[in-house]
Amino acid sequence: MEDISLVTVVLMLPLVGFFPLVFVRSLTDQTIRWLTLTVSIITFGASLLLLRNFDSNQAGLQMVTDWEWISAGSFTIRYFVGVDGISIWLVLLSTFIMPLAILFSFTSIKERPRLYYALLLLMEWAMIGVFIAQDLFLFYVFWEVTLVPMYFLIGIWGSEDRIYAAIKFFLYTMAGSLLMLVAILWLGNEAGTFAVPDIIAQIQSGELSFDVSTERLLFLGFAIAFAIKVPMWPLHSWLPDAHVQAPTAGSVILAGVLLKMGTYGFVRFNLPMFPEASRDFAPYIAVLAVIGIIYGAWVSYGQKDVKKLVAYSSISHLGFVMLGIFALNSAGIQGGILQMVNHGISTGGLFLLVGMLYERRHTKLMSAFGGIWAAMPLFSGISLVIVLSSMGLPGLNGFVGEFTILVGSAGSDVLSIWFTVFASLGIILAAVYMLYMFNTVYMGALDKEENRRLPDLHWQELWALIPILIMVFAIGLQAGYFFDFMDNSVSQLVEQVSGSVVATAGR
Amino acid sequence: MENFFDLVPLIVLIPLIGMLVNLFAGRQIGERGVAIVAVGASSLAFLIAVILWIAQVQTGYEPGVVDMPLLADWISVPSAGLRIPWEFRVDTLSVTMMLVVTGVGSLIHLYAVGYMHGDARFPRFFVYLNLFLVFMLILVTGNNFLMMFVGWEGVGLCSFLLIGFWFDKPGGEGWKNSDAARKAFIVNRVGDFGLILGMLMTFWTFGTLDYYKPGEAPLAAHHEAEAEAPVFAPQFPQEEHAEPEGPLGVFNQAQLWLDEGGHEVDFGLVTLSFETTLTIITLLFLLGATGKSAQIPLFVWLPDAMAGPTPVSALIHAATMVTAGVYMMVRSNVFYEASTTASFVVTLIGASTAIVAGFIAVGQWDIKRVLAYSTVSQLGFMVAAVGVGAYAAAMFHLVTHAFFKALLFLGSGSVIHGMEHGHHHLTDHDVEDHKHVPPHEHAPQVETERFDPQDMRNMGGLRHKMPGTYWTYIFGTLALAGIIPFAGFWSKDEILVDALRLGLDENRLDGYIAFALLLTAAAFTAFYMWRQVSMVFYGQPRTPAAEHAEESGPVMLVPLIVLAGLSLIGGFMNIPSGFPLLGRIFGEHQFTSWLEHSVVNAHAAGFLWLLATVAVLLAAGAIIAARVIYNDRALRQLTDDPLEANERTAGAFALANAKLYWDEFYFSTIVYPYQRAARWLADRLDWAFWHDFVHDRVIGSSFQWATEMLSNPIDRGIIDRAFDGLARLVHNLAARVRTIQTGYVRTYALGVAFGALLILVIALLPVLRDLLGL
Repeated sequence: MEDISLVTVVLMLPLVGFFPLVFVRSLTDQTIRWLTLTVSIITFGASLLLLRNFDSNQAGLQMVTDWEWISAGSFTIRYFVGVDGISIWLVLLSTFIMPLAILFSFTSIKERPRLYYALLLLMEWAMIGVFIAQDLFLFYVFWEVTLVPMYFLIGIWGSEDRIYAAIKFFLYTMAGSLLMLVAILWLGNEAGTFAVPDIIAQIQSGELSFDVSTERLLFLGFAIAFAIKVPMWPLHSWLPDAHVQAPTAGSVILAGVLLKMGTYGFVRFNLPMFPEASRDFAPYIAVLAVIGIIYGAWVSYGQKDVKKLVAYSSISHLGFVMLGIFALNSAGIQGGILQMVNHGISTGGLFLLVGMLYERRHTKLMSAFGGIWAAMPLFSGISLVIVLSSMGLPGLNGFVGEFTILVGSAGSDVLSIWFTVFASLGIILAAVYMLYMFNTVYMGALDKEENRRLPDLHWQELWALIPILIMVFAIGLQAGYFFDFMDNSVSQLVEQVSGSVVATAGR
Repeated sequence: MENFFDLVPLIVLIPLIGMLVNLFAGRQIGERGVAIVAVGASSLAFLIAVILWIAQVQTGYEPGVVDMPLLADWISVPSAGLRIPWEFRVDTLSVTMMLVVTGVGSLIHLYAVGYMHGDARFPRFFVYLNLFLVFMLILVTGNNFLMMFVGWEGVGLCSFLLIGFWFDKPGGEGWKNSDAARKAFIVNRVGDFGLILGMLMTFWTFGTLDYYKPGEAPLAAHHEAEAEAPVFAPQFPQEEHAEPEGPLGVFNQAQLWLDEGGHEVDFGLVTLSFETTLTIITLLFLLGATGKSAQIPLFVWLPDAMAGPTPVSALIHAATMVTAGVYMMVRSNVFYEASTTASFVVTLIGASTAIVAGFIAVGQWDIKRVLAYSTVSQLGFMVAAVGVGAYAAAMFHLVTHAFFKALLFLGSGSVIHGMEHGHHHLTDHDVEDHKHVPPHEHAPQVETERFDPQDMRNMGGLRHKMPGTYWTYIFGTLALAGIIPFAGFWSKDEILVDALRLGLDENRLDGYIAFALLLTAAAFTAFYMWRQVSMVFYGQPRTPAAEHAEESGPVMLVPLIVLAGLSLIGGFMNIPSGFPLLGRIFGEHQFTSWLEHSVVNAHAAGFLWLLATVAVLLAAGAIIAARVIYNDRALRQLTDDPLEANERTAGAFALANAKLYWDEFYFSTIVYPYQRAARWLADRLDWAFWHDFVHDRVIGSSFQWATEMLSNPIDRGIIDRAFDGLARLVHNLAARVRTIQTGYVRTYALGVAFGALLILVIALLPVLRDLLGL
């Protein structure tokens, strides 16, 4: 437990790029770009090694580093990191998305590249940290750190209303975080440790127990912070602002990874630490999730701005994830985790596409386009695949996640079948807003003069999209491989939540 | 011979390869190369289907399950018991579908080479067409519902792409095509909603979505074996009826539970009897089928789908894709057989669709729209057949319909092609030699800005211009109208017999209803088809374009002739028992007994002389009536339909012409309200109220007030300046400052960061105290 594990290496790699960017003033813009890209690709490569070294037969944490960080009296705050089946794909998602965001920024970011790329790497560091931290306090630190680079990304490189959006983003998330902080401190005080596995063990063994109202309060302390991050309806108001104002790379990271911190938090902390409260709150959270699915899809359809449409669609998609998680059974949670990854890939891809459109026409209004398939065949063909993946076409990634979530929610012991029925409506509505977007922007006659000579993809753009396409098909056709990594961890989690036998089919 | 089963993945992979080649190299290899690759791929797939057919016969119709090479399980969540493998199924039902899809598909591919010649996106068209084959074959060969669903949605995607193939046509037509494409996708999604829920329920009932596990033979129902139909009882169930081991596929498990009786299914919070469960599942599946197979209430997308190129209408929207719903229900025959309620609903929907669509077809002007409604109507026949338990007849009609409807669509394509030729000829002519254009005062749409080559009012007299097209079209029409001995007669007759039998023998109301509605629909069929034939081929040309129409080339005629042949003899594969002569030559019930090996509830229908005579006479009568009404004099000028001119029929015709206002109804009750609500939600509720009012006004300004209270009078000297900065920031937030220089931004941002840090410290105070032991 004393050695530096691979997980720590992956965590620290982005800093290897971050420090030179901050301290070496003489770097040229070109060097800065390539340095950042290289670092992010190496980080991704290292995270692939995580997959290789991961033993999917094990349920618990692997590749753990556990150092004492701050120790005073009865309290110890630890640098305690590791991955298990729940977090490994999210770590990979973070390291996967980052090079794409960087590559896309090559042409679109011209102001202050040094600060920009340094912030991106800081961001990556913090994101990985969030997904691997096993100490509540450490988690909190990473969680808060992610706010800072995103705040600046939106505030400096965003569009017109960027200040407003950045501050709103910051304050909104901060408000939730403070509640979580209180809950963390309370919990740590009671348990005498901040280490999550220890707390879970204490709770499972009955060594640590709360009365009903305390458990619920603690649950809510975490839940509100996470729900804001997800964002769950009706706490979503910061999201359209942040997304619309953020530069493309910011939106990609925000949608691709940051939102997952919320859903991940529910799985990692709320379910195993407060199992009874989770069961009690499950139907209520599921109601919000289903409202989110339908509301997000419906509001999406009412948008004129394509970026806003995609932003609202996130609310709908993450509603599915939340529904899966709070089905509290294996299929639901695993579907939820996979869907987090899927959403990161598809919606990340959609934001890239929107960014490419914006670069060309400097507008995001759908009515400004129309028929661009004829002008940009390659771009449009790739767009179609990503749109379909987001719509959940079977054979592509979105479907397997959604379907597994629905299998979970339909067989859930805590949710009635109506949740599944209404959630499935989201599948129709997704087609409605997605095809509305695709039709208005890509199809129809190419009747606007400005659109006739739009250039098709150049190489950076193409290479930012190809990895996404690969993952869209890989997950879509071989989801079994991805589930394989989570199965043991999740079934352990389900046991912890339900305290009884795992729900399986064919009863 | 079983080794040949291993070829089945190829039937999917070969079109896939063809598609990829054309996708990446289509521009380079030219039209010829593209055509060779695409047609070659589909013909090879057909060859494999034939090999599988022979292998089926040789192995005694034993079903086989084959894994997809290279790919492991598609979805597997072991701890949830969820496992969806990529498995193909070879049995008589899937081979039947493979033969139809690849056989008719290959002919249409060939035809399309001629039809699409010179199109700017020629390669892309064949990419889509091959992709369609890939998905359609996945649909019919998959061994579980979810794989079927892959194909199901995949063909929907291809349909979307191909309907919208000419999305960039100028003058609003491109937008119309795009909207038609989108409509098709979304309406199908409504059906998919049912299908997905049905699959979820199936999974939680059976613990699997596999039709049958590998090595499992379909079990026949017990009561079925005891009751009638001794002639064609399945051959192998008896010895294998000994309890099979391990988990079963859904159909055998269902059969066992049905035979046992009294089984209950526990769905977490509710428990349902097995029979109720099946009723719900089958009704949900039915919703899926109404989408894909264009039945009431979801048929509205199919007529609009005619915006696609005609070969697409023939392949996807007539012969293959739209029959997927029927295939799915026949596949699930064990479920449907078990639920009288569901069967009743199925019958009702199928039969009423048959008659409603048949009625609307009478009032259409567009040559393809007539055929589209005709397809809807014929699909209604098949669905009704499933409802009355005539699974073999449904499949039989599916096959024959694929022949003659593909033929009719291709024929209409040939007509359109000829008309366009005539029109081009004319407009080219116009420039040089305007005077020689003969005057056509009465022709309705000539020389207006847009000439519609699909409007039957612009045609007439094409019999002489396009003899090959004409004669093959007649074959198709007679087959569709159900005239003996054409293919449609046999399959339609079988459905009618089964419907009547259900009424007579089991005294079931739905049998009588189906029989009455279908018989009437059959009369409508003959009428609107002969109306079309008269308007297109008889009389004199009503426009210059029709006058100059040209016969299509051999690439297009050869498929027509082959299909015409099949429309003539296709019915002989399933001659009913007791039919003289032909039964002896071709054997009786060949098709049914072939199908029985995989469709356990398939049964052969007898032959009723009286019924057959009545049906044929009715059809013939309708044809004569059509010709009498659309006689040469009436055909001379067609601004009004003769039915429109006649006062007694004018109302009905207007109703049919307006498609019963079905679209308008959906738009005013669903589409527009949904759009209005979406705008209201987006602009008013979510933005103006929730985003602006609640967040900016209520929360933002009260927070500002609070921070000012805190920072200004109380503790300016105590709390750090950063907090002050935060307050000012919040003040700015409320005021919504839009333009701030970047330097400023950083200052503010830092302020916020410090503020946050400070809050952290304050919040941490108790812990710090604890930590310091105070």
